[in-house]
Amino acid sequence: MASTFSTPATKLIQPPSLNFSPTPTTNRTSRSPIKSLFHPLKNHNHKLRLNKCNSAPSHGQSTTVVAVSDTVKKPKSTPTLPNLLITKEEGLELYEDMILGRYFEDMCAQMYYRGKMFGFVHLYNGQEAVSTGFIKLLKQQDSVVSTYRDHVHALSKGVPARAVMSELFGRTTGCCRGQGGSMHMFSKEHNLLGGFAFIGEGIPVATGAAFTSKYRREVLKEDDCDHVSVAFFGDGTANNGQFFECLNMAALWKLPIVFVVENNLWAIGMSHLRATSVPEIWKKGPAFGMPGVHVDGMDVLKVREVAKEAINRARRGEGPTLVECETYRFRGHSLADPDELRDPSEKSHYATRDPITALKKYMFDNNLVSEAELKAIEKKIDELVEEAVEFADSSPHPPRTQLLENVFADPRGFGIGPDGKYRCEDPKFTEGTAHV
Amino acid sequence: MAVVFQAIGAATALSSANVFDSKRIQFSYGRSLSERKASICAVRSDGMLYSGSSPRGRKPEPLISNAVATKAEGSTASAASKPGHELLLYEALREGLEEEMARDPTVCVIGEDVGHYGGSYKVTRGLAEKYGDLRVLDTPIAENSFTGMAIGAAMTGLRPIVEGMNMGFLLLAFNQISNNCGMLHYTSGGQFTIPVVIRGPGGVGRQLGAEHSQRLESYFQSIPGIQLVACSTPYNAKGLMKAAIRSENPVILFEHVLLYNLKERIPDEEYVLNLEEAEMVRPGEHVTILTYSRMRYHVMQATKMLVNKGYDPEVIDIRSLKPFDLYTIGNSVKKTHRVLIVEECMRTGGIGASLTAAINENFHDYLDAPIVCLSSQDVPTPYAGTLEEWTVVQPPQIVTAVEQLCQLQ
Repeated sequence: MASTFSTPATKLIQPPSLNFSPTPTTNRTSRSPIKSLFHPLKNHNHKLRLNKCNSAPSHGQSTTVVAVSDTVKKPKSTPTLPNLLITKEEGLELYEDMILGRYFEDMCAQMYYRGKMFGFVHLYNGQEAVSTGFIKLLKQQDSVVSTYRDHVHALSKGVPARAVMSELFGRTTGCCRGQGGSMHMFSKEHNLLGGFAFIGEGIPVATGAAFTSKYRREVLKEDDCDHVSVAFFGDGTANNGQFFECLNMAALWKLPIVFVVENNLWAIGMSHLRATSVPEIWKKGPAFGMPGVHVDGMDVLKVREVAKEAINRARRGEGPTLVECETYRFRGHSLADPDELRDPSEKSHYATRDPITALKKYMFDNNLVSEAELKAIEKKIDELVEEAVEFADSSPHPPRTQLLENVFADPRGFGIGPDGKYRCEDPKFTEGTAHV
Repeated sequence: MAVVFQAIGAATALSSANVFDSKRIQFSYGRSLSERKASICAVRSDGMLYSGSSPRGRKPEPLISNAVATKAEGSTASAASKPGHELLLYEALREGLEEEMARDPTVCVIGEDVGHYGGSYKVTRGLAEKYGDLRVLDTPIAENSFTGMAIGAAMTGLRPIVEGMNMGFLLLAFNQISNNCGMLHYTSGGQFTIPVVIRGPGGVGRQLGAEHSQRLESYFQSIPGIQLVACSTPYNAKGLMKAAIRSENPVILFEHVLLYNLKERIPDEEYVLNLEEAEMVRPGEHVTILTYSRMRYHVMQATKMLVNKGYDPEVIDIRSLKPFDLYTIGNSVKKTHRVLIVEECMRTGGIGASLTAAINENFHDYLDAPIVCLSSQDVPTPYAGTLEEWTVVQPPQIVTAVEQLCQLQ
């Protein structure tokens, strides 16, 4: 099938002042702006996508993933002893995380159509490599900021599946007590700073978390504070002002942040090529003074290598990195999207590059795992997701008393009532029926 | 002269001062005054009696009646008799800010030109030299993003103060203020607090033009999850600044461009005011005048004229624009039965409109007359000085309004 690992994955353009060795850039022929739909099987001039998937699979050889700080290795033409990128334990961990993301999202779709959750639900199928590739390298104190497509980011960061599922069902046991919903997943314990419904509005929040990390180190003199923050957002957001403003500020103050663009080519029904004057998003990094890296987002190992370097760069205090992951969502924009606009051949092309299948193949080819071990993981995750649904289903709905809680951290903010007492002292307040 | 009235049930589109039906005038001027003179003996909140008929033309003394002294004793008259020190309003703001920054190392300032330049109105002068460039952060011109950045920093443990160089610029930050600042505590189920203070000068200045003369309090008041306060004197500026910084809620502190150079003597000892309370500026008997920010001074000017004419208005600076202090306001309404709201906000959908609704809802039975609300005209503030003057409420309009209000049954 698809040999996603046989091609050089990263292309790197550095601003001249940084001392990474510049890689030879491939000849990026211009896309035809008139073409509204991408046809990966036609027109090989479209270098935006790695379209070498039709070539014969390599002989289980090592990937030629290039870390940001290294020179590009030329692809090896003859297989030698494999230079493995992951250990067995890491492989299993990555596999489990991606399977969790996939099964969970599939279950969400089922539950949605059964009327257990409502509203806008955006599923992450197909993009698991990005979430797993980045978040599995983070510590608990590192922050993650996402968009409305945040279920899998929450799961990767460590939020229990039952808490996320309860939140989707709108139960009081959800991670946000049922008050946030699909698009607002938050977890203080796991430092998931949300979950934002408007695109772009999470990026400044991530920048703020990175600012706190730098503040702690430099003002509060906590020398061991090297928390990194990672902001995930899509190709549509890369045209938004907040994105550019934050790139500027992060590079200016060398904030420990990684900007991860999950370029799945579509912003609901707007093709990235129709919306963007310069579709290569990674090129926008050097314009602001940070490295811009481009990586195949359907390949978790390549993503992981790039992520490792970007995160370490931030941890060392060298500043931000912009990583563009080319990926694809197998489902529509949301469960309400009929997804009629995208070309079926494009969809089937990416279906062959499923990141989970690719990782599986890599691990088998390198004799890292056995079929049974993977099956065991799949079974375990199946049960976990089933259990999460049961837990969510049996959890209570929020009572009326919860209505007025959490509006203010200090509920005196509701003010003083005509009787001279604070509104929050009114017994009706705790019942949720007070008039504020 | 064009006066803007928002009398409930009265005719709209008023263009002249002679609005009220003469049949409704029950009292003549002289008779009512003599009846009233005998009954005026108000008790001030510090326990001193005074006779309402004496002209009270002096400027308002800083009454400590609503102060929350940090030393846990609610001293009222004692603070007023201590020497204290004199300073200007912007210095008072800076003093409050500096005290909080010294007290808590997580307090930081984020804004345009707050650091090296010292703030466009000098509120942060000297702080960057003292605390460094990261604690008093000069930002690029990206309001939406640096406000969002402040929110992210607040979520992760800092206590930032965002300065809008002019409140009007915060329109660009509306996305972050509405969606994130106001809502994240709720949508995260209470997990994250946003102890951010957003402050800056607003209001109509001296021919600053339409865009620099905006009053954003009306735009922000519907956002759930935030508190709005407006300072008007050096005393309450410092107290509110400190209270806002210490509050766990996001607070928007409205300052006024023309009030930065007000001078007042404030106490030496530390004090923090209450964010939700209103301030009794001048107790009275005849009418309750509710105001905030710069209009407080127009009201006090008008009060001088009114007292000379024999009226005894009670003036309350509501200070807390959201939520309203309905206790102080309610007690006043129950005493005077007539309400006049004087504000600089726009007529449509402004703070006065909300206040009118709130008072009507809660204290309808106590009102002897419809609530009158004087607001600025619903026009973009003109540049020409004469036009600008007619946009905002002026003291003679206030005097006329009180006179007419007191003549109503």
